[in-house]
Amino acid sequence: MKKVRLATVWLDGCSGCHMSLLDIDEAILAIAKRVDVVYGPLVDAQEFPKAVDVTLIEGAVSSQDDLEKVHTIRRWSKLVVALGDCAVTGNVPSMRNSHPARKMLERIYVEGVQTNRGVPVDGVPALLRQAVPVHEVIKVDLHIPGCPPAPASIAYALGELLEGRMPDLASKVKFG
Amino acid sequence: MPENISIRIDGEYVAAQEGQTILEVARAGGKYIPTLCWLAGISSVGACRLCIVEVSGVGRLLPACTTPVQDGMSVTTTSEKLTQYRRIAIEFLFSERNHVCAVCVSNNHCELQAMAQKLGVTSVRYPYAYPKLGVDVSHPRYVLDHNRCILCTRCVRVCTEVEGAHVWDVSGRGIRSMIVCDMNRPWAQASSCTNCGKCVQVCPTGALAEKGFAVDEMVKQDHNMTRLTARRGGHS
Repeated sequence: MKKVRLATVWLDGCSGCHMSLLDIDEAILAIAKRVDVVYGPLVDAQEFPKAVDVTLIEGAVSSQDDLEKVHTIRRWSKLVVALGDCAVTGNVPSMRNSHPARKMLERIYVEGVQTNRGVPVDGVPALLRQAVPVHEVIKVDLHIPGCPPAPASIAYALGELLEGRMPDLASKVKFG
Repeated sequence: MPENISIRIDGEYVAAQEGQTILEVARAGGKYIPTLCWLAGISSVGACRLCIVEVSGVGRLLPACTTPVQDGMSVTTTSEKLTQYRRIAIEFLFSERNHVCAVCVSNNHCELQAMAQKLGVTSVRYPYAYPKLGVDVSHPRYVLDHNRCILCTRCVRVCTEVEGAHVWDVSGRGIRSMIVCDMNRPWAQASSCTNCGKCVQVCPTGALAEKGFAVDEMVKQDHNMTRLTARRGGHS
Protein backbone atom coordinates (compact mmCIF):
# COMPACT_ATOMS: atom_id res chain seq x y z
CA MET A 1 0.00 0.00 0.00
CA LYS A 2 1.22 3.46 -0.87
CA LYS A 3 2.34 5.38 2.19
CA VAL A 4 0.61 8.57 3.25
CA ARG A 5 2.91 11.58 3.03
CA LEU A 6 2.67 13.33 6.41
CA ALA A 7 4.23 16.66 7.33
CA THR A 8 4.27 18.31 10.76
CA VAL A 9 5.00 21.99 11.28
CA TRP A 10 5.95 23.92 14.40
CA LEU A 11 4.96 27.61 14.29
CA ASP A 12 4.39 29.82 17.37
CA GLY A 13 3.84 27.10 19.95
CA CYS A 14 5.76 25.32 22.68
CA SER A 15 6.20 21.93 20.89
CA GLY A 16 3.81 20.40 23.43
CA CYS A 17 1.52 19.26 20.61
CA HIS A 18 4.41 17.42 18.96
CA MET A 19 5.15 15.86 22.37
CA SER A 20 1.52 14.77 22.58
CA LEU A 21 1.81 13.32 19.07
CA LEU A 22 4.77 11.24 20.23
CA ASP A 23 2.85 10.26 23.35
CA ILE A 24 0.23 8.10 21.62
CA ASP A 25 1.84 4.90 22.90
CA GLU A 26 1.70 1.78 20.72
CA ALA A 27 -0.68 3.49 18.27
CA ILE A 28 2.40 5.21 16.90
CA LEU A 29 3.71 1.88 15.58
CA ALA A 30 0.67 1.27 13.39
CA ILE A 31 0.69 4.87 12.20
CA ALA A 32 4.47 4.88 11.53
CA LYS A 33 4.08 1.86 9.23
CA ARG A 34 1.58 3.69 7.07
CA VAL A 35 3.13 7.16 6.78
CA ASP A 36 6.22 8.83 5.43
CA VAL A 37 7.07 11.83 7.58
CA VAL A 38 8.32 14.11 4.82
CA TYR A 39 8.78 17.36 6.73
CA GLY A 40 8.81 18.71 10.29
CA PRO A 41 10.85 19.08 13.47
CA LEU A 42 11.10 15.28 13.70
CA VAL A 43 12.92 14.88 10.36
CA ASP A 44 15.71 16.57 8.41
CA ALA A 45 13.99 18.00 5.32
CA GLN A 46 14.84 21.67 4.88
CA GLU A 47 12.18 22.66 2.42
CA PHE A 48 8.48 21.95 2.50
CA PRO A 49 7.97 19.24 -0.12
CA LYS A 50 5.49 19.29 -2.95
CA ALA A 51 2.53 16.88 -2.78
CA VAL A 52 1.87 16.23 0.89
CA ASP A 53 -1.25 14.30 1.92
CA VAL A 54 -1.68 15.55 5.48
CA THR A 55 0.03 18.44 7.28
CA LEU A 56 -0.35 18.92 11.02
CA ILE A 57 0.27 22.52 12.08
CA GLU A 58 1.19 23.28 15.66
CA GLY A 59 1.30 26.91 16.78
CA ALA A 60 -0.25 30.27 15.93
CA VAL A 61 0.68 32.32 12.86
CA SER A 62 2.83 34.93 14.55
CA SER A 63 5.70 36.02 12.29
CA GLN A 64 6.38 36.84 8.65
CA ASP A 65 8.05 33.44 8.36
CA ASP A 66 4.96 31.66 9.77
CA LEU A 67 2.78 33.52 7.30
CA GLU A 68 4.86 32.44 4.30
CA LYS A 69 5.02 28.87 5.63
CA VAL A 70 1.25 28.45 5.99
CA HIS A 71 0.67 29.64 2.44
CA THR A 72 3.26 27.16 1.16
CA ILE A 73 1.70 24.43 3.29
CA ARG A 74 -1.77 25.10 1.95
CA ARG A 75 -0.50 25.11 -1.61
CA TRP A 76 1.14 21.69 -1.38
CA SER A 77 -1.04 19.87 1.16
CA LYS A 78 -4.24 17.98 0.44
CA LEU A 79 -5.40 18.23 4.05
CA VAL A 80 -4.36 20.81 6.62
CA VAL A 81 -4.95 20.02 10.30
CA ALA A 82 -4.70 22.68 13.03
CA LEU A 83 -3.20 20.75 15.94
CA GLY A 84 -3.66 22.24 19.40
CA ASP A 85 -5.05 25.45 20.84
CA CYS A 86 -2.35 27.81 19.47
CA ALA A 87 -3.15 26.74 15.89
CA VAL A 88 -6.89 26.58 16.61
CA THR A 89 -7.51 29.67 18.79
CA GLY A 90 -4.24 31.63 19.00
CA ASN A 91 -4.02 30.59 22.67
CA VAL A 92 -1.00 31.87 24.67
CA PRO A 93 0.85 33.46 21.70
CA SER A 94 -2.24 35.61 21.05
CA MET A 95 -2.09 37.10 24.55
CA ARG A 96 0.22 39.75 23.11
CA ASN A 97 -2.45 40.86 20.64
CA SER A 98 -4.01 43.60 22.76
CA HIS A 99 -0.65 45.38 22.80
CA PRO A 100 1.44 46.65 19.86
CA ALA A 101 4.15 44.10 18.97
CA ARG A 102 6.88 46.77 19.02
CA LYS A 103 5.98 47.85 22.54
CA MET A 104 6.02 44.28 23.75
CA LEU A 105 9.47 43.65 22.24
CA GLU A 106 10.83 46.85 23.81
CA ARG A 107 9.36 45.93 27.17
CA ILE A 108 11.12 42.57 27.06
CA TYR A 109 14.41 43.26 25.27
CA VAL A 110 15.09 46.87 26.31
CA GLU A 111 13.32 47.69 29.57
CA GLY A 112 13.41 44.12 30.83
CA VAL A 113 17.15 43.44 30.63
CA GLN A 114 20.30 44.88 32.19
CA THR A 115 22.84 44.00 29.48
CA ASN A 116 22.80 43.68 25.68
CA ARG A 117 19.73 45.82 25.38
CA GLY A 118 18.05 45.94 22.02
CA VAL A 119 15.27 44.26 20.07
CA PRO A 120 16.79 41.36 18.07
CA VAL A 121 16.54 41.86 14.31
CA ASP A 122 19.28 39.69 12.76
CA GLY A 123 18.28 36.15 11.87
CA VAL A 124 14.80 36.37 13.33
CA PRO A 125 11.65 36.98 11.29
CA ALA A 126 9.63 40.11 11.94
CA LEU A 127 6.56 39.63 14.14
CA LEU A 128 3.15 40.14 12.62
CA ARG A 129 0.89 42.72 14.23
CA GLN A 130 -1.03 39.90 15.91
CA ALA A 131 -0.60 36.16 16.46
CA VAL A 132 -3.66 34.55 14.87
CA PRO A 133 -5.13 31.05 14.52
CA VAL A 134 -4.22 29.24 11.30
CA HIS A 135 -7.77 29.33 9.88
CA GLU A 136 -7.72 33.13 9.90
CA VAL A 137 -5.01 32.91 7.20
CA ILE A 138 -5.64 29.72 5.21
CA LYS A 139 -8.40 27.13 4.90
CA VAL A 140 -8.11 24.48 7.61
CA ASP A 141 -9.73 21.09 7.04
CA LEU A 142 -9.73 19.80 10.62
CA HIS A 143 -9.31 21.38 14.06
CA ILE A 144 -7.96 19.39 16.99
CA PRO A 145 -8.11 21.76 19.99
CA GLY A 146 -6.49 21.12 23.36
CA CYS A 147 -3.42 22.36 25.17
CA PRO A 148 -2.05 19.96 24.25
CA PRO A 149 -4.65 17.79 22.51
CA ALA A 150 -5.02 14.47 24.35
CA PRO A 151 -2.84 11.76 22.78
CA ALA A 152 -6.00 9.66 22.33
CA SER A 153 -7.61 12.44 20.26
CA ILE A 154 -4.53 12.68 18.03
CA ALA A 155 -4.33 8.91 17.61
CA TYR A 156 -8.03 8.72 16.77
CA ALA A 157 -7.86 11.63 14.30
CA LEU A 158 -4.75 10.27 12.54
CA GLY A 159 -6.25 6.78 12.44
CA GLU A 160 -9.38 8.07 10.75
CA LEU A 161 -7.44 10.23 8.29
CA LEU A 162 -5.28 7.26 7.31
CA GLU A 163 -8.44 5.29 6.61
CA GLY A 164 -9.52 8.11 4.30
CA ARG A 165 -12.29 9.30 6.64
CA MET A 166 -12.72 12.78 8.10
CA PRO A 167 -12.76 12.28 11.87
CA ASP A 168 -15.72 13.65 13.80
CA LEU A 169 -14.17 15.27 16.86
CA ALA A 170 -17.29 17.14 18.01
CA SER A 171 -17.67 16.78 21.79
CA LYS A 172 -14.57 14.52 21.94
CA VAL A 173 -12.15 17.43 22.29
CA LYS A 174 -12.06 20.67 24.28
CA PHE A 175 -10.22 23.97 24.40
CA GLY A 176 -7.50 24.22 27.05
CA MET B 1 -54.07 29.47 42.01
CA PRO B 2 -52.23 29.60 38.71
CA GLU B 3 -54.16 28.08 35.87
CA ASN B 4 -53.14 24.65 34.65
CA ILE B 5 -52.36 24.60 30.96
CA SER B 6 -50.97 22.14 28.49
CA ILE B 7 -48.14 22.71 26.03
CA ARG B 8 -46.20 20.48 23.67
CA ILE B 9 -42.43 20.08 24.00
CA ASP B 10 -40.81 18.21 21.13
CA GLY B 11 -44.19 16.75 20.28
CA GLU B 12 -45.04 15.47 23.78
CA TYR B 13 -47.87 16.96 25.78
CA VAL B 14 -46.65 18.41 29.08
CA ALA B 15 -48.67 19.84 31.94
CA ALA B 16 -47.66 23.35 32.93
CA GLN B 17 -48.89 26.25 35.00
CA GLU B 18 -49.45 29.75 33.78
CA GLY B 19 -46.52 31.96 34.72
CA GLN B 20 -43.89 29.25 34.29
CA THR B 21 -41.18 29.67 31.69
CA ILE B 22 -40.53 27.21 28.88
CA LEU B 23 -37.27 26.27 30.60
CA GLU B 24 -38.97 25.50 33.92
CA VAL B 25 -41.55 23.30 32.26
CA ALA B 26 -38.95 21.54 30.12
CA ARG B 27 -36.63 20.89 33.08
CA ALA B 28 -39.51 19.62 35.21
CA GLY B 29 -40.30 17.17 32.42
CA GLY B 30 -36.69 15.98 32.28
CA LYS B 31 -35.91 17.77 29.00
CA TYR B 32 -32.43 19.19 28.63
CA ILE B 33 -32.02 22.69 27.21
CA PRO B 34 -28.48 24.11 27.35
CA THR B 35 -28.04 27.22 29.54
CA LEU B 36 -25.15 29.39 30.62
CA CYS B 37 -26.42 32.63 32.19
CA TRP B 38 -29.37 30.89 33.88
CA LEU B 39 -28.92 29.74 37.47
CA ALA B 40 -31.43 28.11 39.79
CA GLY B 41 -32.59 30.47 42.52
CA ILE B 42 -31.98 33.81 40.81
CA SER B 43 -33.95 35.69 38.18
CA SER B 44 -33.60 34.89 34.46
CA VAL B 45 -32.39 37.46 31.94
CA GLY B 46 -31.82 35.61 28.66
CA ALA B 47 -28.34 37.05 28.21
CA CYS B 48 -26.42 34.13 26.71
CA ARG B 49 -28.99 32.94 24.10
CA LEU B 50 -28.01 29.30 24.55
CA CYS B 51 -31.48 28.24 25.69
CA ILE B 52 -33.12 29.45 22.48
CA VAL B 53 -35.97 27.24 21.27
CA GLU B 54 -38.34 27.18 18.33
CA VAL B 55 -41.97 28.00 19.04
CA SER B 56 -44.43 27.16 16.27
CA GLY B 57 -46.01 30.16 14.70
CA VAL B 58 -43.22 32.45 15.93
CA GLY B 59 -40.76 33.50 13.26
CA ARG B 60 -37.78 33.97 15.55
CA LEU B 61 -36.01 31.88 18.16
CA LEU B 62 -36.98 32.60 21.75
CA PRO B 63 -34.95 32.16 24.96
CA ALA B 64 -36.59 29.40 27.01
CA CYS B 65 -35.49 30.93 30.32
CA THR B 66 -37.51 34.15 29.92
CA THR B 67 -40.39 33.09 27.66
CA PRO B 68 -43.58 32.28 29.60
CA VAL B 69 -45.60 29.28 28.49
CA GLN B 70 -48.96 29.78 26.84
CA ASP B 71 -51.77 27.29 26.48
CA GLY B 72 -51.40 25.23 23.33
CA MET B 73 -47.83 26.34 22.69
CA SER B 74 -45.66 23.92 20.71
CA VAL B 75 -41.94 24.10 21.50
CA THR B 76 -38.99 22.45 19.78
CA THR B 77 -35.87 22.21 21.96
CA THR B 78 -33.53 20.30 19.65
CA SER B 79 -32.97 20.76 15.93
CA GLU B 80 -30.17 21.27 13.46
CA LYS B 81 -31.04 24.97 13.28
CA LEU B 82 -30.94 25.39 17.07
CA THR B 83 -27.61 23.57 17.31
CA GLN B 84 -26.20 25.90 14.67
CA TYR B 85 -27.39 29.04 16.47
CA ARG B 86 -26.26 27.78 19.87
CA ARG B 87 -22.80 27.15 18.43
CA ILE B 88 -22.77 30.65 16.97
CA ALA B 89 -23.67 32.08 20.40
CA ILE B 90 -20.76 30.20 22.00
CA GLU B 91 -18.33 31.23 19.26
CA PHE B 92 -19.30 34.90 19.66
CA LEU B 93 -18.62 34.66 23.40
CA PHE B 94 -15.16 33.26 22.69
CA SER B 95 -14.35 35.83 20.01
CA GLU B 96 -15.47 38.86 22.05
CA ARG B 97 -12.93 38.58 24.87
CA ASN B 98 -9.59 36.94 25.57
CA HIS B 99 -10.50 33.43 26.71
CA VAL B 100 -7.24 31.53 26.99
CA CYS B 101 -8.37 28.26 28.58
CA ALA B 102 -4.85 26.86 28.89
CA VAL B 103 -3.77 29.52 31.41
CA CYS B 104 -7.09 30.05 33.22
CA VAL B 105 -7.76 29.30 36.89
CA SER B 106 -11.06 27.74 35.85
CA ASN B 107 -9.64 25.46 33.12
CA ASN B 108 -11.52 22.14 33.22
CA HIS B 109 -14.09 23.57 35.65
CA CYS B 110 -15.48 26.24 33.34
CA GLU B 111 -19.08 26.26 32.13
CA LEU B 112 -18.19 28.13 28.91
CA GLN B 113 -15.46 25.62 28.05
CA ALA B 114 -17.71 22.67 28.92
CA MET B 115 -20.60 24.07 26.90
CA ALA B 116 -18.35 24.58 23.85
CA GLN B 117 -17.34 20.94 24.11
CA LYS B 118 -20.89 19.75 24.64
CA LEU B 119 -22.10 21.63 21.57
CA GLY B 120 -19.24 20.28 19.48
CA VAL B 121 -17.45 23.59 18.93
CA THR B 122 -13.87 22.80 17.86
CA SER B 123 -12.93 26.21 16.48
CA VAL B 124 -14.25 29.75 16.31
CA ARG B 125 -15.22 30.89 12.81
CA TYR B 126 -15.23 34.59 13.64
CA PRO B 127 -12.12 36.74 13.98
CA TYR B 128 -11.12 37.26 17.60
CA ALA B 129 -11.53 40.84 18.84
CA TYR B 130 -8.52 40.78 21.22
CA PRO B 131 -9.83 43.72 23.30
CA LYS B 132 -7.47 45.35 25.77
CA LEU B 133 -9.12 44.74 29.14
CA GLY B 134 -8.13 45.20 32.74
CA VAL B 135 -7.86 42.85 35.68
CA ASP B 136 -9.03 44.15 39.08
CA VAL B 137 -6.81 42.59 41.76
CA SER B 138 -7.51 45.25 44.38
CA HIS B 139 -9.75 43.06 46.55
CA PRO B 140 -7.78 41.17 49.20
CA ARG B 141 -9.46 37.83 48.48
CA TYR B 142 -10.93 37.93 44.98
CA VAL B 143 -9.98 38.81 41.39
CA LEU B 144 -12.09 40.18 38.54
CA ASP B 145 -10.60 39.43 35.13
CA HIS B 146 -12.64 41.15 32.41
CA ASN B 147 -10.83 39.09 29.75
CA ARG B 148 -12.77 36.01 30.89
CA CYS B 149 -16.15 37.67 31.47
CA ILE B 150 -19.11 36.63 29.27
CA LEU B 151 -21.50 39.24 30.72
CA CYS B 152 -23.93 36.58 31.95
CA THR B 153 -24.71 38.92 34.89
CA ARG B 154 -25.03 36.09 37.39
CA CYS B 155 -22.80 38.15 39.73
CA VAL B 156 -25.06 41.19 39.37
CA ARG B 157 -28.18 39.16 40.08
CA VAL B 158 -26.86 37.09 42.97
CA CYS B 159 -25.45 40.17 44.71
CA THR B 160 -28.71 42.08 44.34
CA GLU B 161 -31.23 39.31 44.86
CA VAL B 162 -29.56 36.98 47.35
CA GLU B 163 -26.96 39.00 49.22
CA GLY B 164 -28.97 42.22 48.95
CA ALA B 165 -25.85 44.35 48.47
CA HIS B 166 -26.10 45.28 44.75
CA VAL B 167 -22.38 45.87 44.34
CA TRP B 168 -22.27 44.80 40.69
CA ASP B 169 -23.77 46.43 37.65
CA VAL B 170 -23.24 46.55 33.90
CA SER B 171 -21.86 49.76 32.43
CA GLY B 172 -21.72 50.70 28.75
CA ARG B 173 -23.67 49.17 25.90
CA GLY B 174 -23.12 46.46 23.30
CA ILE B 175 -19.54 45.35 22.81
CA ARG B 176 -18.40 48.00 25.34
CA SER B 177 -20.50 46.53 28.17
CA MET B 178 -18.47 45.92 31.30
CA ILE B 179 -19.16 44.56 34.75
CA VAL B 180 -18.48 47.35 37.27
CA CYS B 181 -18.73 47.55 41.02
CA ASP B 182 -20.00 50.47 43.08
CA MET B 183 -20.23 53.09 40.29
CA ASN B 184 -17.05 51.84 38.59
CA ARG B 185 -14.57 51.87 41.44
CA PRO B 186 -11.82 49.36 42.16
CA TRP B 187 -13.33 46.41 44.01
CA ALA B 188 -11.36 47.12 47.20
CA GLN B 189 -13.01 50.54 47.41
CA ALA B 190 -16.54 49.22 46.96
CA SER B 191 -17.98 50.07 50.35
CA SER B 192 -21.21 48.15 49.69
CA CYS B 193 -19.35 44.83 49.17
CA THR B 194 -19.77 42.42 52.09
CA ASN B 195 -16.93 40.15 50.90
CA CYS B 196 -19.38 37.21 50.87
CA GLY B 197 -18.00 35.74 47.64
CA LYS B 198 -21.35 34.66 46.19
CA CYS B 199 -20.52 36.40 42.90
CA VAL B 200 -17.29 34.41 42.69
CA GLN B 201 -18.98 31.08 43.32
CA VAL B 202 -21.71 31.59 40.71
CA CYS B 203 -19.44 32.99 37.97
CA PRO B 204 -19.46 30.35 35.21
CA THR B 205 -15.94 31.17 33.99
CA GLY B 206 -12.67 32.32 35.54
CA ALA B 207 -13.72 36.00 35.37
CA LEU B 208 -14.38 36.05 39.10
CA ALA B 209 -12.03 33.86 41.11
CA GLU B 210 -10.51 33.51 44.53
CA LYS B 211 -6.91 34.58 44.89
CA GLY B 212 -4.25 31.96 45.49
CA PHE B 213 -5.35 29.44 42.88
CA ALA B 214 -3.26 28.39 39.88
CA VAL B 215 -4.38 27.13 36.46
CA ASP B 216 -7.06 24.40 36.75
CA GLU B 217 -7.52 24.90 40.49
CA MET B 218 -10.58 27.14 40.86
CA VAL B 219 -13.63 24.95 41.41
CA LYS B 220 -16.80 26.97 41.92
CA GLN B 221 -19.44 26.02 44.52
CA ASP B 222 -22.59 27.47 43.02
CA HIS B 223 -24.77 24.73 44.59
CA ASN B 224 -24.31 26.44 47.98
CA MET B 225 -26.02 29.54 46.61
CA THR B 226 -28.77 27.46 44.99
CA ARG B 227 -29.35 25.60 48.28
CA LEU B 228 -29.52 28.88 50.17
CA THR B 229 -32.20 30.34 47.91
CA ALA B 230 -34.16 27.07 48.06
CA ARG B 231 -34.14 27.22 51.89
CA ARG B 232 -35.44 30.74 51.72
CA GLY B 233 -38.41 29.45 49.79
CA GLY B 234 -37.28 30.32 46.29
CA HIS B 235 -37.54 27.86 43.47
CA SER B 236 -34.49 25.68 43.02
